[in-house]
Amino acid sequence: MLGLFHKFIRMNVAHLNPSTLALLTIMRYLLCLAFCLSVLPLDAKEIDFNRDIRPILSDKCVFCHGPDKEQRQADLRLDTGAGAFADLGDRAAIVPGDPEASELVKRITSTDEFEQMPPPDSKRSLSDDEKQLLIDWIKQGAEYQQHWSLIKPERPQLPPVKNPGWPKNAIDRFILRRLEAEGIPPSPPADKETLIRRVTLDLTGLPPTLEEIDAFLNDDSPSAYEKVVDRLLTSPRYGEHMAATWLDVARYSDSNGYQQERTRTMWPWRDWVIRAFNQNMPFDQFTIEQLAGDLLENPTRDQLVATGFNRNHMLNGEGGRIAEESRVNYVIDRVNTTSTTWLGLTMACCQCHDHKYDPLTQIEFYQFYDYFNHIDETGRVDAGGNANPVLDLPTESQLEREQQLRQQIADLQQSRQELMTPEKILAWETQLQKKLAKQESQSTWKTLIPQQFVSRNGQDHEIKTDGSIFLSGKNPDKDVYEVTTTISVSSLAGIRVEALHHDSFTNGGLARSDSGNFVLTGVEFVITQPDGEKLTPKIASAKAEFEQGNLTIEKAYDGNPATGWAVNNPGNMKLDRSAMFLFEKPVAVKEGATLTTTLKFESPHKFHQMNWFRLDATSDVDPALEEEESIPRQVIDALALEASERSDDLKKAVRDYYAKSAEEVVKFDQQIAKSKTDLNNHLKSYLETMVMRERKEPRETYRLQRGVWDNPDKSRQLAGNVPAVLPPVSSEAPSNRLTLARWLVSRENPLTARVTINRFWQQVFGTGLVKTVEDFGTQGESPSHPDLLDWLAVEFMESGWDIKHMMKLIVMSSTYRQSSKVTPEQVNRDPYNRLLARAPRYRLSSLALRDQALFLSGLLHEELGGDPVKPYQPEGVWLEMTLGKIKYEQDHGDDLYRRSIYIFWRRSVGPTMLFDSSARQVCTVKQSRTNTPLHALTLMNDITYVEAARKMAERVMPEGGETDQARLNYAFRLATSRHPTEQEQAALMSTLESVRQKLGSDENAVNELLSVGESPVDEQFDRAELAAYAATMNVILNLDEVLTRE
Amino acid sequence: MNHIQQLQHQIARRDFLTRTSLGLGAAALAHLSGGNVSAAGGLPGLPHFAPKAKRVIYLMQSGAPSHVDLFDYKPTLSERRGEQIPESIHKSQKLSTMTANAGKPCLGAIAPFRQHGDSGRWLSDFLPHTAEIADDLCFVHSMKTEAVNHAPAMTFLLTGSEQPGRPSTGAWLDYGLGSDNDDLPTFCVLTSRDREGTCGQLFYDFYWGSGFLPSRYQGVKFRGGGDPVLYLSNPPGIDKSLRRDLLDGLSDLNKLKYEAVGDPEIQTRITQYEMAYRMQDSVPELTDYTTEPKHIIDMYGPQVMERGTFASNCMMARRLAERGVKFIQLMHSGWDQHQNLPTQLVEQCKDTDQPAAALVKDLKQRGLLEETLVVWGGEFGRTPFGQGDINNPKKHGRDHHPYCYSIWMAGGGVKPGIAYGKTDEYGYNVVEDKVHVHDFQATVMRLLGIDHERLTFKFQGRHFRLTDIHGHVVEDLIG
Repeated sequence: MLGLFHKFIRMNVAHLNPSTLALLTIMRYLLCLAFCLSVLPLDAKEIDFNRDIRPILSDKCVFCHGPDKEQRQADLRLDTGAGAFADLGDRAAIVPGDPEASELVKRITSTDEFEQMPPPDSKRSLSDDEKQLLIDWIKQGAEYQQHWSLIKPERPQLPPVKNPGWPKNAIDRFILRRLEAEGIPPSPPADKETLIRRVTLDLTGLPPTLEEIDAFLNDDSPSAYEKVVDRLLTSPRYGEHMAATWLDVARYSDSNGYQQERTRTMWPWRDWVIRAFNQNMPFDQFTIEQLAGDLLENPTRDQLVATGFNRNHMLNGEGGRIAEESRVNYVIDRVNTTSTTWLGLTMACCQCHDHKYDPLTQIEFYQFYDYFNHIDETGRVDAGGNANPVLDLPTESQLEREQQLRQQIADLQQSRQELMTPEKILAWETQLQKKLAKQESQSTWKTLIPQQFVSRNGQDHEIKTDGSIFLSGKNPDKDVYEVTTTISVSSLAGIRVEALHHDSFTNGGLARSDSGNFVLTGVEFVITQPDGEKLTPKIASAKAEFEQGNLTIEKAYDGNPATGWAVNNPGNMKLDRSAMFLFEKPVAVKEGATLTTTLKFESPHKFHQMNWFRLDATSDVDPALEEEESIPRQVIDALALEASERSDDLKKAVRDYYAKSAEEVVKFDQQIAKSKTDLNNHLKSYLETMVMRERKEPRETYRLQRGVWDNPDKSRQLAGNVPAVLPPVSSEAPSNRLTLARWLVSRENPLTARVTINRFWQQVFGTGLVKTVEDFGTQGESPSHPDLLDWLAVEFMESGWDIKHMMKLIVMSSTYRQSSKVTPEQVNRDPYNRLLARAPRYRLSSLALRDQALFLSGLLHEELGGDPVKPYQPEGVWLEMTLGKIKYEQDHGDDLYRRSIYIFWRRSVGPTMLFDSSARQVCTVKQSRTNTPLHALTLMNDITYVEAARKMAERVMPEGGETDQARLNYAFRLATSRHPTEQEQAALMSTLESVRQKLGSDENAVNELLSVGESPVDEQFDRAELAAYAATMNVILNLDEVLTRE
Repeated sequence: MNHIQQLQHQIARRDFLTRTSLGLGAAALAHLSGGNVSAAGGLPGLPHFAPKAKRVIYLMQSGAPSHVDLFDYKPTLSERRGEQIPESIHKSQKLSTMTANAGKPCLGAIAPFRQHGDSGRWLSDFLPHTAEIADDLCFVHSMKTEAVNHAPAMTFLLTGSEQPGRPSTGAWLDYGLGSDNDDLPTFCVLTSRDREGTCGQLFYDFYWGSGFLPSRYQGVKFRGGGDPVLYLSNPPGIDKSLRRDLLDGLSDLNKLKYEAVGDPEIQTRITQYEMAYRMQDSVPELTDYTTEPKHIIDMYGPQVMERGTFASNCMMARRLAERGVKFIQLMHSGWDQHQNLPTQLVEQCKDTDQPAAALVKDLKQRGLLEETLVVWGGEFGRTPFGQGDINNPKKHGRDHHPYCYSIWMAGGGVKPGIAYGKTDEYGYNVVEDKVHVHDFQATVMRLLGIDHERLTFKFQGRHFRLTDIHGHVVEDLIG
């Protein structure tokens, strides 16, 4: 019959009239369906725009006739009805209902190379089926629909099924309905051993124990399975397992990537994720806290840590990098990660231009970008290996210590304050008076009291009671001072010049120059004896307490007016400076003699003269420049007066000096300073992790032309917004990340729930209901079960975004519980198992494989969270990858046996024992599962697996029983959860026997094999036997069934 | 007959039953039927053209070798030493932040140039061995790239995009063409570094990554020490014969499982374990150079017996090529001479010149050069002007220069003895026959029989390809 039909079409088609032709087309369709459509959904007779037409337009036409204005050809747009039906003068691309009149049909069926569409040089071409579909669709009225994923999901009715006994929940109704329509029966349920291993691996990433298996086998109650599921969902291993996938999504890593590859501290965020899954945090909260926890009212520390999600991107610390360019890249990464993770939209395409396929514009990309553009960051790696903003994460005991130190400081300050009363100060003054008197009598320096002063360039001067001279008024470029004084010593060995600072001078310094600095360019001394004899003692040496670079004190008497002594000290000019000049030999001074001192300030620098100074004389031939403790001039002045007569300035001077010098006060100050240092050091020891924090001044956001960071289109400033094709954000809420996060998880958002539940589905079934988990746009694949996806999405939202509820729903379904046995018919009918007439079987992730080996051997060290660990890794891998810069320091003891999620992740070279893992460079939502010889080598030879085989042998030999067969059966069951068949038992036995034969006679080999791994060998066993078992366990750990989730 | 009727006719003429596999590629079918996908494999319909080359050896010089010191002879730079390069030449094009605001004094090649061979090719005296094979080489002086920093530029050269995440060239070829050898990976990578480890660039695994292609297409990195391939050696105590016994046991048990559940993936797994076993022989055999005659060893130079050197890797490249490995990617670092050109360039040339030339000669004498494309080049060039103080010859150096640079190719269907493309008299910009990195990639693909616009992979809704949306085959390079 079919053959006839076929022949009929082939022979006669050219001679048929159009109406027969149409009928034939439909018949051809029906035939085609009956034969080959296993993947297309039901009811393919009626052409569905989203299912049948959009993919064709999207793939073959829209690149040039789509949303991107820049790219659009002939001003024709085919992704919307308005565009396609538009009047193009004498014609229209599509005339609904009339293919013959549609220019599109003419073009796609043309063979003329200038007329044909798509044009031959575009390398795109339509298949004949596709052309026919387009024609039929136009004939049926060319109805356009909004893209399915953009329509808000509503809970569909549960479809009727013929076999009402099979479904256990709603999921099964949708799956079975489709199978029944295809005429494919579902598979029988998996046996209980397979089922418990499957669900335990799927929910915790580890296999069940024999006790758990036996308990389940012995439990005949109807709720036996549910009990297992409930137990697994409360296991802390569940959170670790769920987090592993989320770390790929979040591009989590322990290093920054790029050239520097510095270590960062994001594991507190990783631990937050594990906790969140274990506590079953609702997904809306999970979303809001990670995207905008910092913007919540009074955010908790956990909510701040959660925002690390969008700080997990790579950081570029390469030399020569422009920080702002890096920062822009980080913002773009956040846009791409956020849109892929929650919306399943490939917004990355819009960084440089309007989207070629989806109704997303470049402007919309940068509006979305604006949400992430105001982080208080610089683009540099500026907080150790982290980049600001960071959050301190003190432990409980660290916090306690901090409080202790703060209290200590407060107490000390209080005690010090109590010493600052007028009574205490008064008591101290009495002591000080005595000290002063003593000091004056003992000092080697005696103040020279001026009798006469001349400023050659006419400054005003005042001679103070302490013998100092204060200059004011005119401020000449240069000046020379001549001071005539009595001489206070009888043998004059040297003169000291004290330059005094004053608040009214520049920078509170020593002069009214630009800096407060002076340059003393010359100095001369003339002694006039009472008899008129003039002596000019020669300066033999000089010393200054401070010199500015090479402007040393010698320059003050070198006879060169261009050079001199200067004391600039940027940052603090509020210091007195002194210098002394010593004579060749002391001059005997007669009673009544005077000294004329000339100080010259003639440097090229304007105004560089001392404005307040004093001269002292000494008879000591080797005096100290500074007295041990000099009491400030103002304090001395104050002490000369009664307290009530002192000016405010003087009172303050006394009080300040008391605070600075009174022994008991100083003691407290030292203690306070020490405690503050302790506190600072303590604070520095806190763990820091990167978080989101808005800067005070928001940045301005513009569209970056062609996506280039330094090429903004400043004609239009952009504010945060979401693409117009999606429901609007609340107009009342502020335009920030929190608003964005709330919008993502609002009931109106058509994408988030679908995209998320699809990822969970992929996690369990290996493939999403939408296979392109990363793309729900027009270029993505349509869902295999659209109604089921919508039902799950609505259920997810209405359950309060309850993740455990959804995971339970999935694993409780009959669909999930089917056998994974594959029949040839199933392979033929549904090679990719998209209809789920059987449970999928697939290889475990490499993380789970390692965890399982450790678990079966008893080596697994379970501990939630903490610093990343470094288990065995072949020598030199990091060194080679980093050109010798970074060495892998392997851990020891328990840290060798932690779950794989805790392994240190270096972006330039991921953990070597893992494979098919995401590169953790950008957001990855798609799982990769391949099958290569390199994986085989890892599983056969890596120390972890060889050591696990030995420890498993040590476990199996005592636990398994007396005979080899019993022990092998036990080991097999440990690893697969089931008893081996007789054939399998035989194969295991023969393996053990051949190994035993080879190893039994080779003591070296035995010792070598047992030496692999750092865990000690249990010496209770015969070593050769143990080695033979270890080698056999290596086989068991490599069995396809052990590597596979059945 | 109108257009619609014509179409009906075309559809009707085809055999109805051939369409029962609608939507399923041949590769997928092969996969599902349990066939070994990795051996042979490749996509249906490829190659698109008769290939000129069966395989490629990339000799990637990481850090950017100086074109004006080695290949692109510019006497003007010496004649005008110290003078600023005119604005009309440099046009204030973007440079790295290291020299963006500094002067641009001309700096001539640090070693003399001489002409070589019948082709009269100008080459630096630092490259005596390359000079010997000048007539076998096809020089391109007009390469141009986009990025101005190392990692983005190298990523661009190898994957067609500056951002990591796209498949590398070797991964594309593995995906498109499949394998010619059952015992070795199709795409092998070997790295080496300059002796002193100056300013070396890191080798990121995305330089040989598979991007969004399945990870089995990523390059397998051979290591310079320890096991050449990670986890290749059996653990201590398990020798080859014991491993065979264990694998036999494993295979028996896996076959029983296959009979029980019927999943073709199990057969693939059995095959992969067997290939792993064969690799345990084939890979160590590769690194055993003791079978090489002395005159061959001597040809590659003194470092060839030292594992992990460029010389050793060149020898390995030849051995891999002999065994039919499709894509061999060598990466050698240390060309980033910002301020040590006079001391470092000569050392770098000593380490690389002889082995690279030896590889070409060796392939040629074995008749393999015709079918093997060898490419020598870096991620960009170096500025014709000096970086730092022109009056301090010890510290002479050059900054990154993306606007033009030189590479050479040999064998595999390229024209020997030619120099393609011209730069201005300062070696600053291309003035004739520009070869953009995407053009270079398109040309390499063409030599292997691939239309670069048709080898695509759909990911995140887009058909991606190595050359992004650019690239033109440079027909003039093809013999």
